[in-house]
Amino acid sequence: MTTPNTSQVDPNLKSEMQKKGIFVTTINDLYNWGRRSSVWPLQFGLACCAIEMIATACARYDIDRFGAGLFRPSPRQADLMIVAGTVTKKMAPQVVRLYNQMPEPKYCITMGACSISGGPFKNGYNVLKGIDRYIPVDVHLPGCPPRPEALLHGLIKLQEKIDGQVIEKTEWYQKGLKREFPVPEFGPNGLIPPYNPDVFTPGQSRLITTG
Amino acid sequence: MKSLEELKQNLESKMPGVTSVLEEGCLVISKNDWLEVAKFLKSSPLYSFDYLSSVTGVDYPDRLEAVYHLYSIEKKIGPLTVKVRTDRQKGEIPSVTPVWRSAEFQEREAFDLLGIHFTGHPDLRRILMWEGFAFHPLRKDYVAEND
Ligand code: SF4
Repeated sequence: MTTPNTSQVDPNLKSEMQKKGIFVTTINDLYNWGRRSSVWPLQFGLACCAIEMIATACARYDIDRFGAGLFRPSPRQADLMIVAGTVTKKMAPQVVRLYNQMPEPKYCITMGACSISGGPFKNGYNVLKGIDRYIPVDVHLPGCPPRPEALLHGLIKLQEKIDGQVIEKTEWYQKGLKREFPVPEFGPNGLIPPYNPDVFTPGQSRLITTG
Repeated sequence: MKSLEELKQNLESKMPGVTSVLEEGCLVISKNDWLEVAKFLKSSPLYSFDYLSSVTGVDYPDRLEAVYHLYSIEKKIGPLTVKVRTDRQKGEIPSVTPVWRSAEFQEREAFDLLGIHFTGHPDLRRILMWEGFAFHPLRKDYVAEND
């Protein structure tokens, strides 16, 4: 999931010069440093995991230490969607619509077993079996609920991913990028389509990176 | 309320033609009499069941059932459990929303999830599933989509 930092400045040289009071960086590093230090999440919670997300935002765990403490009430101002909780089939179209409304670059963390796979309610008639059926997910965060430390860990993983992105190659600056994910519709016995084939292949096992 | 037995006798003497059955501490009333009985239970000065705390739908192999829990805040009695039965195919039970307003949403829920049609309900729409959902998902014979 995370690619190593591709900075072209020799780290030894960098620290050597820093000791002499000269700060050397690249545009790319500066750009990514700015982005990863101000990942503003979208303010919404869907179930019990949201309580844990709120705890992460409060004084004891203080997600603001990592620059992600400014929960935005509008998707237009948000960089990160933390899907914290059970996504019901009735709620799924709204979640996809909100993700579509976020400006690029945008990221998604699924928090908890529910938003990864349906969790304890997987066999329920009303529960979506994972939000990754409709939108691409950057960090899957297991747990029921994950502890605040785990959410911080997920955020740090996301920051590592942001660090590894290269400004010239990032997909949101490429021509013709169209990242609109179709919003599922209510059908007579569930959502239509049941998943978006562009982002999800049923039965496919995905490589999980931990650490 | 002295006892359920007494209530049943009182009910049958005040409302000739109404028969009720006592079953495991519950009063089972025919669906044709239910609205009249409900009005009686609420207005009778002896009981004055002024508070309906829950309406629950149950799916049995041979019938659908609505279970009502009644309390009297004035007389400090309750709960009185009333069961009303109907058949599984297009089961109908008269709505008690005109009697107790608190029945409105709970009857909608029982309609949505189990398909009990409450006749006389002012606004019998689905409440949890979306409009256009074709089934009643808490019925035992409901088959969820294979996704
Ligand atoms: S994963 Fe567990 S804690 Fe989180 S929303 Fe689901 S049931 Fe609640």
